[in-house]
Amino acid sequence: MSAEEGVIMTVQEEIIRVKEVSFYYDSIPALEDINLSVVRGDFLAIIGPNGSGKTTLLKLMVGLLKPASGQIFLFGQEIENFRDWHRIGYIQQKAINFDPHFPISVEEVISSSLNSNPKIRNKFKSNQKQRIMDSLATVGLEKLIDRPINTLSGGQQQRVLIARALVTEPEILLLDEPTTGVDLKAQEEFYDLLGRLNREYHLTIVLVTHDFGIVNRHVNKVACLNQKLVYHGQHEEFCSSSVVQEFLKGGHHLVSHRH
Amino acid sequence: MTELLASGIFWRALVAGLFLALACGLLGVFLVLRKEAMIGHGLSHVAFSGLALGFLLNFMPLAVSLAVCLLGAILILEIREHGSLYGDTALGIISSAGLALGILLVSMKRGFGVELMSFLFGDILAISLGEVWFSAVLALVVVILLRINYHALIFMTFDRETALVSGVRVKQLDRMMVLLTAMTVVLGLKLVGILLVSALLVIPASAALQVAPNFKKTLLSSTLFSFISIISGIFLSYWLDTPAAAMIVFVSLVLFVGTLTGKKKKMSF
Repeated sequence: MSAEEGVIMTVQEEIIRVKEVSFYYDSIPALEDINLSVVRGDFLAIIGPNGSGKTTLLKLMVGLLKPASGQIFLFGQEIENFRDWHRIGYIQQKAINFDPHFPISVEEVISSSLNSNPKIRNKFKSNQKQRIMDSLATVGLEKLIDRPINTLSGGQQQRVLIARALVTEPEILLLDEPTTGVDLKAQEEFYDLLGRLNREYHLTIVLVTHDFGIVNRHVNKVACLNQKLVYHGQHEEFCSSSVVQEFLKGGHHLVSHRH
Repeated sequence: MTELLASGIFWRALVAGLFLALACGLLGVFLVLRKEAMIGHGLSHVAFSGLALGFLLNFMPLAVSLAVCLLGAILILEIREHGSLYGDTALGIISSAGLALGILLVSMKRGFGVELMSFLFGDILAISLGEVWFSAVLALVVVILLRINYHALIFMTFDRETALVSGVRVKQLDRMMVLLTAMTVVLGLKLVGILLVSALLVIPASAALQVAPNFKKTLLSSTLFSFISIISGIFLSYWLDTPAAAMIVFVSLVLFVGTLTGKKKKMSF
């Protein structure tokens, strides 16, 4: 690790750094020259219209895609050399749209993650049952530990996936449109839970969403994307900036739809 | 009955059959959930060309078949990875190639019709002691590798993308599953035959999926259904003087239909 990266890690506590990153699907640009940083304790919302590259950016941040140019650092380390994946919790888009016939209990969903590779297994091998119970208690589902996951509501399933991410004691959660297909009340409860995890557990959160209104009161930073980074900064400044007006013109939702 | 139980042939068939049931019952659940139910069927056609080659060279047909089947499995993986094809197209191509090669090799030598027939339709009562050991070793390899990678396999089958982010070696495990299937197919050749071996990889697992509430019980039920199919199939074939492979598959089908009808009553064991 270079001296410069060491400074980044210890002084600024920069958890994710995206540096001059571009990405193309075939030759069509999806992201161009993105510079962005996530600092410990942030609750960052990445917003933008459909096709603006939000999901692509999140997938780049967790190593599912490789940038065409530029670099990504996780905890000060280049992503290619990063191995401590238990420090990162990821919840993919449509995560709850899994096979409804898949025979798996809530406990098995979480324990499969806890034992998925030797490094994580060795780190968390003691009191596994208690760890699973604790992570479920955090999301308020400890009583459902033995239930098949396909018998839970969409909102409950979503919280099980949060519990699965939390069980490896991550320092950051990255979520991609996590409440797609979940009713509005469950969505609000879900984002309240994320807000609580951010405030009380000091968990850094990066959230991709197209519906900014519903997370508005929880986030402290906003990154506004439309292939390029249109805005990246504090939430308060964002709300009073001209970017808001531009986004409203583009049909982007800043208030949630109540059907 | 006493005569049957006193016969070494019967016990060899039963022991080899139970090893096969164990491998198929466990592996089948993963294959069905990975939407790879037909991979056993495709690889059995590849195994056919291996058997034909073994007979032609007059050298250990099962071992040659295993080598050819593993090679076929690797080719399927390579074509899948680099061929830009849809779904199970790679499987379709390699399975046809295997069958065509098998037919060509068979036509090159006269006189192994009877031996080859025993592999096409299975001949569980003609199992040698060596073949019992062969099945024991292969089944053990399948069980050990599934046990070691149990949680990672569940994770990636349930939520592949998140498993990738968590550092699960998804590609290596994909390869492992195809190679284990190739081994299991060869393990089943002599017992239930090329034409029916894939049934044991699909039907007991599908029956288990109808009734079991979690993954562990699905694996247990699938293995149990495989055991029941093999044991009952062997007894029925003896009593009714019918081919064992067909009876084994019929029993598994009856179990499957039974679980379909009892689907709403989830197991509470």
